[in-house]
Amino acid sequence: MPKASASLLPKPFRDWFKSRGWKPREHQLQLLAKAQAGRSVLLVAPTGAGKTLAGFLPSLVELAERNAKAPKARLKGGSLHTLYISPLKALATDIARNLETPVQEMNLPLRVETRTGDTPSHKRARQIERPPDILLTTPEQLALLVAHREAGEFFKDLRRVVLDELHSLVTSKRGDLLSLDLARLHKLAPNMTTVGLSATVREPDDLRRYLVPQRLPSPGGGGSDRISDPGWGGTAEPGEVALPTPSRASGATSPLKGEVVGTHPLADLVVVKGGAQPDIEMLDIRQRLPLAGHTAYRSMPAIYDLIREHKTTLVFVNTRLQAEYTFKELWDLNDDGLPIALHHGSLDVSQRRRVEEAMAAGKLRGVVCTATLDLGIDWGDVDLVVNVGAPKGASRIMQRIGRSNHRMDEPSKAYLVPANSFEILECRAALDAVHEAAQDTPDARVGALDVLCQHILGMACADAFRLEDLYDEIVSAAPYANLTWEEYEACVAFVATGGYALRAYERFAKIVKGPDGLWRVRDARIAQQYRLNVGTIMDSTTVKVRLGRSRRARPGTILPRGPVLGEIEEYFAETLTPGDTFLFAGQVLRFEGMSEDEALVTKAASGTDPKIPAYDGGKFPLSTFLAARVRAILADPFEWDRLPRELNEWLLQQRRRSVIPGPRDLLVETFPRGGRSYMTCFPFEGRLAHQTLGMLLTRRLERAGLKPLGFVANDYGLAVYANGDISARAGREPGFMEELFSEDMLGDDLEDWLAESALMKRTFRHCAVIAGLIERRFPGQEKTGRQVTVSTDLVYDVLRKHEPDHVLLRAARADAASGLLDVKRLGMMLSRIRGRIIHKALDRVSPLSVSVMLEIGRERVYSDDADEILAEAEATLLDEALA
Amino acid sequence: MTALLKNKQTTTEIGLGGMAAILDLSGAMYLPDEDTLLVADLHFEKGSSYARRGMLLPPYDTRETLAALSEVIFRLGPRRVVALGDSFHDVGGPDRLGGEERETLGAVQSGRDWVWVTGNHDRSLPDHIGGTVVEDMEIRDLILRHEPKEGATGEVAGHLHPVGKVVMRGRATRRRCFLSDGARCIMPAIGAYTGGLNACDAVYKPLFPKGFTAYLIGTERIFAIARAMLCRD
Repeated sequence: MPKASASLLPKPFRDWFKSRGWKPREHQLQLLAKAQAGRSVLLVAPTGAGKTLAGFLPSLVELAERNAKAPKARLKGGSLHTLYISPLKALATDIARNLETPVQEMNLPLRVETRTGDTPSHKRARQIERPPDILLTTPEQLALLVAHREAGEFFKDLRRVVLDELHSLVTSKRGDLLSLDLARLHKLAPNMTTVGLSATVREPDDLRRYLVPQRLPSPGGGGSDRISDPGWGGTAEPGEVALPTPSRASGATSPLKGEVVGTHPLADLVVVKGGAQPDIEMLDIRQRLPLAGHTAYRSMPAIYDLIREHKTTLVFVNTRLQAEYTFKELWDLNDDGLPIALHHGSLDVSQRRRVEEAMAAGKLRGVVCTATLDLGIDWGDVDLVVNVGAPKGASRIMQRIGRSNHRMDEPSKAYLVPANSFEILECRAALDAVHEAAQDTPDARVGALDVLCQHILGMACADAFRLEDLYDEIVSAAPYANLTWEEYEACVAFVATGGYALRAYERFAKIVKGPDGLWRVRDARIAQQYRLNVGTIMDSTTVKVRLGRSRRARPGTILPRGPVLGEIEEYFAETLTPGDTFLFAGQVLRFEGMSEDEALVTKAASGTDPKIPAYDGGKFPLSTFLAARVRAILADPFEWDRLPRELNEWLLQQRRRSVIPGPRDLLVETFPRGGRSYMTCFPFEGRLAHQTLGMLLTRRLERAGLKPLGFVANDYGLAVYANGDISARAGREPGFMEELFSEDMLGDDLEDWLAESALMKRTFRHCAVIAGLIERRFPGQEKTGRQVTVSTDLVYDVLRKHEPDHVLLRAARADAASGLLDVKRLGMMLSRIRGRIIHKALDRVSPLSVSVMLEIGRERVYSDDADEILAEAEATLLDEALA
Repeated sequence: MTALLKNKQTTTEIGLGGMAAILDLSGAMYLPDEDTLLVADLHFEKGSSYARRGMLLPPYDTRETLAALSEVIFRLGPRRVVALGDSFHDVGGPDRLGGEERETLGAVQSGRDWVWVTGNHDRSLPDHIGGTVVEDMEIRDLILRHEPKEGATGEVAGHLHPVGKVVMRGRATRRRCFLSDGARCIMPAIGAYTGGLNACDAVYKPLFPKGFTAYLIGTERIFAIARAMLCRD
């Protein structure tokens, strides 16, 4: 694109830039030019490039001109010109504050407002009647607005939607929902354009598609004959379909706002190249690292020294457990009493806000934090980022490093701190990736069906619709571009009557088709139900942690009178028994029991070691990209020279005692130990995929009569242990290992296991709530009486038995494929290693295997088998009776 | 009394009110001396009851519950069946019963005495549902009723939907259960959509002043678990 000229800026704006000692940046002017040409655009820029201002500048210029011309019209009612969507409520508020500066200093005649869950109802009502010029909000609030009866009127003059942190929005169900709401906005306001603001991503085209309508509505509408496979392997490639040409569509509906490459319309792209190369290295503590573990305890003094030497240091960790641990360790070392704070997603909101404020005010020297700080809140003057533990993904690490030094022309400074030997490999791979600026952001999503169900009900709440029209609108959203008519109909049927083959609920239908052929929501109560259940974020899976107070009169009685310390995952709370101790909010807490829906805790006596180590909220799997790089480093002895000497020697030992697998091979080792037979393997596909693999392998070993006892998994591999002799069996039966690891385990074995899997049930519960099958639970509402809610586990069992292909089960399976079970990745791995399994029967554990063997005892042994647990509990009673 | 399935041990025998009582994996209780089968809290048509309020749960709960019920009835072939109340989720339930379900119910009722004890969800039952409707009934030294009464001995009741939760080394499971101290038994709910009330809840305390044993229904068999091994939710 030709260089955009500063003359695009009206004089008051040029003067304002000058008054601040700034010059409009090239990309800011480019966005202005795009806006004037009526184009949608994706702006890809590193942190600190002035992305947000670039996104708003065109709107500010347009509004300044429009409102100056017609000041009276503005006073009468005004109309919404620009909508800004942010993934975080706090970010929206932050941006609103930042916008005040140019608006006030240039005395621009325009109104900027936010609309979040905290906005009082009178203000919401006023905003509908008299819309601001610029509205800043979140995807959930947008969904509610779009489902509003006045949506058509409210959005009719909308000119621009600015989507902030788009790269993070599109990777989840929130992004699916937002894409559907965008599709509706494109329809309500045909002249609207979109601006996406994003960090660097691997496939910018995915985001460019997201920003503009995909399939353009065909005049006849509806009735697609596309076939896609919603099964395990992800969606099949779309078939060849004649798409209406842009010119054909231009008369009837929205004009084209982007370019078309092939059959996929794309928004324009503006890229701001990163400034200086980041100054990043691995922290060398000149000590041998352990082979397993994630606490990096030996590196703590060095990290503390770094905090002391810098103005403000962000210490990123991968899990909340690591955050708690690191925070505690640093304070144990903190002889200087440096202000070091803790920030993670489980802590109470007020506590997090305090940390954020102190941070912005420059009062903190260090903050130990998790992914909650990955997003672009403005963070004052961070001059160092330390990443403890494995980086997990190249793009993740680059975005984190971007938190330091908010001026993009100066190099960001960062250290990677590996906690164990394998993490050295991973850090090495990540450093290489950073230097090549290679990215590994996830693939574009295929829109979830449960989200679609929610949206369909919302659209019925907004207005009556024709089946074909809504379909055309939905498939214009990129994540749903390949949605088949059949899938769509199944979703509509679900919303109407549950979509069951047994048509039992016709008279209870939530949406009904009138004699005019239009679908409408049945009554106001259903619309109210929709509003209460909107959104895709599952809050109900956490419980509050409240500090209890001992009752003086009756020692041993704990009253729930203390402050709320934060939240923990429900499934973690479920496994706690009174008396258990765990690390939370920087202290060791004793679990006293559940009170209503809160976990009641007391402070444990000082010096108590936490008993439950496994609180691992927020673990990320190793990215496919980094995994491949780690395998490559491992496979190439020339690469080993770049590794610390101890690690190098360790690999040499592995080569001597067993073998170093090639980059595409799967090494399987079997060996005896302590009277048991062990089998380890190293797929490097991340913990989630390995856990699923472990479950399936134990089932198969069970069937082979090898009496497996359990397994453990980490990000790199897994170890299965059994009473039967695996080495002997593999020696006797050539092809045994190939059979064991064959891809068909993703068929019946997977189905069987899923039937009982607690993870699958949890996945189903999420889908059921999002799709509106059952109502969201609100704090205080649940557990007030017996059997008030229906357990989705029971619903799951019944549905699975009677309608295994029901749309909600399809949605749950699609989630499991990439979510908690990572079946998709497992499938890719199994096909990669076909014919490439190297089995080594050893007489003792190899250096490589030690790393995963060390997880035994540290990680939970996975088993969903209820009878096993019950038998153990029953035996405990017997033992006591016989003792 | 033989288990039909290999590896499956479908029943466990306990003593109750001076009689043998056989706890069944289905959640039913069989009294061999009386050739009588007891079931509690079937909650037929719970799904359609929720559907009226806009929660369109899969409409298969009644047939699922009936399937469990007919399995145990045809396996044991009792002379008499007593349903201990809340057999229907609401009083309109019998009229919403689908054709197929009505047939299945007729088939399991046929050739044996059928007694509906009324519960708080089904205070009245229409004639067309078959069998006798009573508020409670006595069998030898046992009184059968829906809601357990404090202080009563020799009682079999439902209403509370007991479930027991067990946590062993970080692994948790929560299952339906029978609670008994030898004089009283609270039966689990059989209904496919019926949730449960944790056996550690204070409600159970006055009913079992001397404590109880929980008989948790596992996948393959029933497990006798001591009160001390049970956890709160």
